[in-house]
Amino acid sequence: MNFDPRYSGRNFSSVGTRPIRPDGVDKVTGRARYGADFNMAGQLVGRILRSPHAHAVIKKIDTSKAEKLAGVKAVITAKDLPDLTDGDAAMYDILDNSMARTKALYDGHAVAAVAAIDARTARQALKLIEVDYEVLPHVTDVDEAAQHHAPLINDQIFTEGLEEKPAKPSNVTKRTQFGHGDVHKGFAQADFIVERSFKTEQTHQGYIEPHACVASVNADGTAELWVCTQGHFVYRQHCAQLLGLEASKLRVTSSEIGGGFGGKTHVWAEPVALALSRKAGRPVKLVMTRDEVFRASGPTSATSIDVRIGAKKDGTITAAEATLRYSCGPYAGSWAEIGAMTAFACYKLENVKTVGYEVLVNRPKTAAYRAPSAPMAAFAVESAVDELAKEIGMDPVDFRIKNAAQEGTRASYGPVYGPIGIGPTLEAVKNHPHMKAPLKAYQGRGMACGFWFNFGGQTCTDLNIGMDGSVSLAVGTVDVGGSRASLSLVAAEELGIDYAQVKAIVADTSSLGYNDMTDGSRGTFSSSMATISAARNAIKVLKDRAAQMWDIPVEDVTWEKGHAVAKGEKYGNLSPLSLKDIAAKSGTTGGPIAGHSELVADGAGVSFATHICDVEVDPETGSTRVIRYTVVQDAGKAVHPTYVEGQYQGGAAQGIGWALNEEYIYGKDGRLQNAGFLDYRIPVCSDLPMIDTQILEIPNPNHPYGVRGVGETSIVPPLAAIANAVSNAVGVRMSHIPMSPPRILAALDAEREG
Amino acid sequence: MAGVAVSTTINGDAVEYLCQPDETLLDVLRDRLGLTGAKEGCGTGDCGACSVILDNRLVCSCLVLGAEAEGRKVETIEGMAHGDQLHPLQQKFLEHAALQCGICTPGFLIAAKDLLEKNPSPTEEEIRFGLAGNLCRCTGYDKIVRAVQDAAQVMKGA
Repeated sequence: MNFDPRYSGRNFSSVGTRPIRPDGVDKVTGRARYGADFNMAGQLVGRILRSPHAHAVIKKIDTSKAEKLAGVKAVITAKDLPDLTDGDAAMYDILDNSMARTKALYDGHAVAAVAAIDARTARQALKLIEVDYEVLPHVTDVDEAAQHHAPLINDQIFTEGLEEKPAKPSNVTKRTQFGHGDVHKGFAQADFIVERSFKTEQTHQGYIEPHACVASVNADGTAELWVCTQGHFVYRQHCAQLLGLEASKLRVTSSEIGGGFGGKTHVWAEPVALALSRKAGRPVKLVMTRDEVFRASGPTSATSIDVRIGAKKDGTITAAEATLRYSCGPYAGSWAEIGAMTAFACYKLENVKTVGYEVLVNRPKTAAYRAPSAPMAAFAVESAVDELAKEIGMDPVDFRIKNAAQEGTRASYGPVYGPIGIGPTLEAVKNHPHMKAPLKAYQGRGMACGFWFNFGGQTCTDLNIGMDGSVSLAVGTVDVGGSRASLSLVAAEELGIDYAQVKAIVADTSSLGYNDMTDGSRGTFSSSMATISAARNAIKVLKDRAAQMWDIPVEDVTWEKGHAVAKGEKYGNLSPLSLKDIAAKSGTTGGPIAGHSELVADGAGVSFATHICDVEVDPETGSTRVIRYTVVQDAGKAVHPTYVEGQYQGGAAQGIGWALNEEYIYGKDGRLQNAGFLDYRIPVCSDLPMIDTQILEIPNPNHPYGVRGVGETSIVPPLAAIANAVSNAVGVRMSHIPMSPPRILAALDAEREG
Repeated sequence: MAGVAVSTTINGDAVEYLCQPDETLLDVLRDRLGLTGAKEGCGTGDCGACSVILDNRLVCSCLVLGAEAEGRKVETIEGMAHGDQLHPLQQKFLEHAALQCGICTPGFLIAAKDLLEKNPSPTEEEIRFGLAGNLCRCTGYDKIVRAVQDAAQVMKGA
């Protein structure tokens, strides 16, 4: 395929406008169908029995009473999901997480499931399942779990990445290290050094739509799965492998998705629903309750991070070092590794070293949450950077500008940057009126930077032109926040037609080639690249058809503003043919007109943002309000600026919740104590101010329109920006997220007591 | 267990159904009547995704029993537009991109309609507190508040 993905400066006519999204009317009228809004004939209700223990051996499960209950059509345990993973450790963990095999590893771990004729019968059946547990000692805190004497979660795990293989198993699954230069030398050159330890608590993505699916396994071995997911193709692969189905016989349809933020990139209940359907011989609908969503899906890592940064009097950073411990839940992950890669990515450093430790705990399996692992690392680093600027006596923005990475900088995680936006976002913040607005008593201002890699990946699209000249665009990335609008804009741009002429849909796994998970802010970046490629292929066909209609050589036909144009004076009498004109004749010029594209979207441009935040802290109660918030971020090229702003605002709001309120609270018994929206409080409308945005456009050289992913970076700076603001408001450095009222009061008390 | 026979009015139409005594109005709407516009985000009245108007009062339909709708009037998202004419709030939500994933949108629209019927000229603060019972995880609420402000202007002019 001769597709040139390089950026070429051009004037846009559709890209950059703000039309209404194609799926909008369905979503404001209640017609859009989400995971739980789909039904099949003869459908049963599935429910899952979950462990009440944080860590326990499952000695015996007796399902006989449940099976005898009238209306129960299937009861399953791990025996009904035999291990077909063939040594694939990651897949085995997914299997074990879907249904505990020998041990329950966290409060909420699935141990059995039923399918019954209605929800009431299914609930009754769960109560009749008898599980004999041998309760084991548990550990839920990341620092305690990393100690040598901590209860072992998996005695087969020996820390990887050490110089010598350890003799004893450990909850620390892996050590990773990044950096360059010599930090000892760098610290020796420093006039000022800041060293501090930080903690962040575990949070949940908090999507409003619980996980939901309808599974139907047929007698002939074919199966269907309707599910809210960020990646139906990946769900197909995983479910097919775990159930021993042929992938091509399992058709997965991605429903409308009611939020994901990384949390819908992993299968949990879907293999269970398929196994229930297979056993019952009927379709099964399985919808998690909110309690189950909190206890058994999500969440992000809890972390413990030590940072040390040194600088000269002139503000030059001479060395930076961090040790990062991230909880993974009970299964191995690479969360600290990502944190270690992102920690110092904003800066130009001669001497830098980061070390990550992955730590097992008796909590739900850690899942991606919007720029996974980066916000915690940025909280620690950007807090220390602010503190260091203060020690030197420099303005925090000027200090960051002096040390900001730029084109040609070797990133702390390895690669050399191309054109990047960290410097421009800092300059924009320096000049922003927000930075000069006056503050009152008990108010404080903070700012912080954030980085995210962005991802491209395998992508496939189909662009079909109807005989009426309308364009149907089928994509395989999921629309999590308006991407059907942005991809329709891109198709209209490339073809030179009206946005209204294009309708984008998300195709199912049997209708389109494989697409990677919609993660890494890749939806619009990668699918727009594939859409441009598909449109260019369609234009080749359109030109060929026009040449036929005119009976001239195709080499003499160009495509301009949605029309085939015959080049040269000899064709002066040939009026341009519009896409509609050519489509109308397609039946007699060679049949349907389409453009296809399959590619690996390489070169996702890295993304940077800088945020400014004002807070007001009530010293009596410790309660904090965000009173003003500004996001400045590089979008490369904002395809639909309103939805880009939406990504900026949404990430900031999630970061505000994380910084001030949200946390998983475990009791001494290892049980989650706040598995609901009342006690796990995400920001509500009255908690927040308007969130101002400024979109910068530093084109990504690896995309035809310069597009970069925009979805994730906005959650990276808020933890640090708010911590810096609160610290400035109360005069005490806050080092534990969330900064809930009790923590702020404790910090103020500690300061008073000296 | 015997069902309860209920006669009620939903979006202006007379509707009859049988439901279990412990069945919520949300489950009746979604599972028995096919009105899936109201969503279950929590089942505990904390998220507002299942908001409906019951006799001119905004309620979480997950906290109301199906049997309680007897003889009353229920308004759901499915009745908000008049034919193909969107309600000004629906139109403004689209124009302002006040939705990303859209799962909370029916609840927000119902809550905003109730708010504007009771207070046609709300301040930003009144809008923020009026919609504080509805959770949105995508937007940060900025564009929702602006859409409601804009719709209020349009509705006053109408």
